[in-house]
Amino acid sequence: MYNFEFEKPSSVEDAVAALAADDAQALGGGQTLIPTLKQRLASPSKLVSLSGIAEMLGVRSEGSALVIGGGMTHADVAAQAAAYPALAEMAAHIGDPAVRNRGTIGGSLANNDPSADYPAAALASAAVIVTNAREIAADDYFQGMFDTALDEGEIITRVKFAVPQAANYQKFVQPASRFALVGVFVAKHADGVRVAVTGASEQGVFRWGEAEAALNKEFRIDALMGLKINPMNMIGDLHGTKEYRAHLVGVMTKRAVAAAV
Amino acid sequence: MPKDSGIGASPKRREDVRFLTGNGNYTDDINIHGQAYAHFLRSDLAHGRIKSIGTDAAAAMPGVVRIFTAADFEGVGGIPCGWQITDRQGNVMQEPKHPILADGKVRHVGEAIAVVVADSLEQARDAAEAIELDIEELPAVIDMKAAVADGSVKVHDDLTSNLCYDWSLVEENREAVEQAFQDAAHVTTLELVNNRLVANPMEPRVAIGQYDRSANDSTLYTTSQNPHLIRLLMGAFVLGIPEHKLRVVAPDVGGGFGTKIFHYAEEAFCTFAAKAINRAVKWTSSRSEAFMSDAHGRDHVTKIELALDADNNFTAVRTDTYANMGAYLSTFSTAVPTWLHGILMAGNYKTPLIYVNVKAVFTNTVPVDAYRGAGRPEATYQLERVIDIAARELGVDPIALRRQNFITEFPYATPVAVEYDTGDYHATMDKLEEIADLSGFADRRAESEKNGKLRGLGVNCYIEACGIAPSNLVGQLGARAGLYESATVRVNATGGLVVMTGSHSHGQGHETSFPQVIAEMIGIDESMIEIVHGDTAKVPMGMGTYGSRSLAVGGSAMVKATEKIIAKAKKIAAHLLEASDADIELKDGQFSVAGTDKSVAWGEVTLAAYVPHNYPLEDLEPGLEETAFYDPANFTYPSGAYACEVEVDPDTGKVSIERFSAADDFGNIVNPMIVDGQVHGGIGQGIGQALLEACVYDENGQLLSASFMDYAMPRADDLPFYAVDHSCQTPCTHNPLGVKGCGEAGAIGSPPSVVNAVVDALQSAGRDVIHIDMPLSPNRVWAALNG
Repeated sequence: MYNFEFEKPSSVEDAVAALAADDAQALGGGQTLIPTLKQRLASPSKLVSLSGIAEMLGVRSEGSALVIGGGMTHADVAAQAAAYPALAEMAAHIGDPAVRNRGTIGGSLANNDPSADYPAAALASAAVIVTNAREIAADDYFQGMFDTALDEGEIITRVKFAVPQAANYQKFVQPASRFALVGVFVAKHADGVRVAVTGASEQGVFRWGEAEAALNKEFRIDALMGLKINPMNMIGDLHGTKEYRAHLVGVMTKRAVAAAV
Repeated sequence: MPKDSGIGASPKRREDVRFLTGNGNYTDDINIHGQAYAHFLRSDLAHGRIKSIGTDAAAAMPGVVRIFTAADFEGVGGIPCGWQITDRQGNVMQEPKHPILADGKVRHVGEAIAVVVADSLEQARDAAEAIELDIEELPAVIDMKAAVADGSVKVHDDLTSNLCYDWSLVEENREAVEQAFQDAAHVTTLELVNNRLVANPMEPRVAIGQYDRSANDSTLYTTSQNPHLIRLLMGAFVLGIPEHKLRVVAPDVGGGFGTKIFHYAEEAFCTFAAKAINRAVKWTSSRSEAFMSDAHGRDHVTKIELALDADNNFTAVRTDTYANMGAYLSTFSTAVPTWLHGILMAGNYKTPLIYVNVKAVFTNTVPVDAYRGAGRPEATYQLERVIDIAARELGVDPIALRRQNFITEFPYATPVAVEYDTGDYHATMDKLEEIADLSGFADRRAESEKNGKLRGLGVNCYIEACGIAPSNLVGQLGARAGLYESATVRVNATGGLVVMTGSHSHGQGHETSFPQVIAEMIGIDESMIEIVHGDTAKVPMGMGTYGSRSLAVGGSAMVKATEKIIAKAKKIAAHLLEASDADIELKDGQFSVAGTDKSVAWGEVTLAAYVPHNYPLEDLEPGLEETAFYDPANFTYPSGAYACEVEVDPDTGKVSIERFSAADDFGNIVNPMIVDGQVHGGIGQGIGQALLEACVYDENGQLLSASFMDYAMPRADDLPFYAVDHSCQTPCTHNPLGVKGCGEAGAIGSPPSVVNAVVDALQSAGRDVIHIDMPLSPNRVWAALNG
């Protein structure tokens, strides 16, 4: 680990100011960043911890939406998001207890690991990513592997989830890391079904339009029969070929629908 | 009623108290005043020519004490190989130089090029980044068959090729085996890969070198399974330090699994550097370094053929194996695919003709050496897979085919150079059928099918040769060391005992099980007996722990030394009791004169030995301390039968192990609980190999599975509860305890049953699947289902 300055502001405003420094880096739960620093693969001048900011905590309902503070850990969400059971269930199965008790929803969404779970939940839930500066629709937010619409120094303060009528997340884990080899979040909203896939694509999390169209006609497994996704843009690696991942997208989608209905 | 002490009892492991409460004394817990820290700059290229190493800028950085490169080791020996193999033609193997730091070329990713020694580890790492390397990348050779093809890139320019040796067992049988295949009624052929593994003990390797300028003595603290062997190899072959000026300490060691047997360059470096800078030098491996510097395991590519006559009797076995050595020869690397592999190819079966051919190959990868089982899992896997396939081709029950061909008379001389002293393979198979409830399998399969799952059953046998090994035999076979063991038993005046054993515990539980043996022999409480190991300054000599040898060889030495103690103590007791020592009996810690009520307690005798006021001084020296060496007459041959039941999810290819049963014959058992634990751990690693673990290089020699993010270790929820039984006991006929060894059995016996079970599951769904290479990842199983 290289040397760095450390700040722990108590307000979003102070955090934004601290992040204005050259090569400053926001620190959520550190479950990706700290190992990266230990391996000397990053050398920020300053780490700005977001874990002391009260306005980034809490889970509350706003009308039909569930609003979760960007600093909430996965364990917090698992315990407090009862209004959105599929989301709480998903959070309860991220990583291991250490990850769940340190890692945060804001950190996960800002990092946008192509195998992370939260991006699928946010995209399927038509979430709105609220930052210190603006609100970003999930459809506009995810822009490819580790790439988001966030500007330099922009902080996710909370995430507004549209609580669907029915939803489920199915994850097939990569045997070593236990990240999603393929994860599919299916959410049936009043205005339509959204199917978001993580782990599978070289473009990061994405919506599977054909499955959504089929499920909009009929929200049951049979609607998905014969539906296949093109393996071309899938990830192929040690743990699964492109074809295998494409196949798993279908299997996990069906399982999510079966569990949601 | 179960015993509560002595042989056959299961006292809880006394060492676990310190391990589980954070009070273990591991090598990294040792810190020496004023120590400096070593950081190894390692190659990120698989193959390259070193044009220059610029250290000036790095040497000027804060805290840097000194930077070392190969130039600092001129005149220092290389890392030796402990076993010289003679090939089919009678020529000795090709043995490349194995420098402490890369000399002229780098030959695998992770090879150390330079070392920065600094006041702190962070300073050493900072400086290492400032070293200017100019390395010309060369094409790498990774695939073994490509490596031995004409025109291949050579790993070592000064060798004639990448072929280390082309070995066979038994060369004289070659033509007879060929004839048997021509005469066979049925031949089954299988080509397979035994996947490369990384041992990944929980504790990574650590080395601390220390030099005492006043005495000119060097000390190495290291994470080793055999400190005496490290002292011998490093002192005599590498650094030229006589054994009496070199102490090697291997304190608590957090798992070895074979990869901590070997002498590593980092050990020699820290010892050398401590003298060079006159400060202790400490190196602690990171997990990332462990992946690319600990010797890997397995990595065989094999073709096996089994010939049967019209009555389904095995008539011949022939194998053709390529064994990866990696870029250099690690300590026992050359013995693993030969004498620890070829001699097991008879398995449990009376196959009259066997021919084993092994080509050992250099590649631009990390050196490969012994990993739990070491050669014997590779032998068992191929044999038990090909038998399963033969049974299915012939339409006979795989258990019946095995039983038909079992060896039933002992001793049995195999056609591959060893003689099994004892065993009862039908008994372990009978026991397996019982504990695995094989008769209930059909119902369980029907239940799985109702749930949309494919259920499979796999069974296999195994035999292993352990209790390594008769020194004169291994000497003829090329070993450059003896494989006896020593023990010194020191009795104190107040009756307590200290056993200095050359065996080394790195998880096996010596501190608990060894006292059980002595407690049984003398009839005293186990708490009076202390086991000392892992320090060449305390233990006279030792060959360490590997090859399931601790109790069979080290325990036997301890028994011999204890017998000497008892013999002398009886003489003292006879004097005290005014009787003949031939009439003295020892029971429950009391010496008594046979047929009388005269007796004297153990403690009174030991006190007399050290306070010899009433003592036969003219006939007997005072004191009570004895040393014994034990050199085994033969290997021991544990055997067993294993069964695995799996469920395969046909949608995803994911395999779930539903039941796993092991019936082992380990001969006599000292601590059944510890034996259970050893078998559990071995099966866990075997299942890891079968389902999860894969060490993978790309074609350029980059290690793709270089962390736990990509190298899948088995976790608790990957493993079932095991049914383990070791009530079938045919005691070893040639060691005093009648014990055979149990440390490797689980890892040897379990992979074939897992693969047999998965193939069975897929065949139950009507798929024409013959074989899937390990690890049986979901992707591979799904591909086989849909291939």
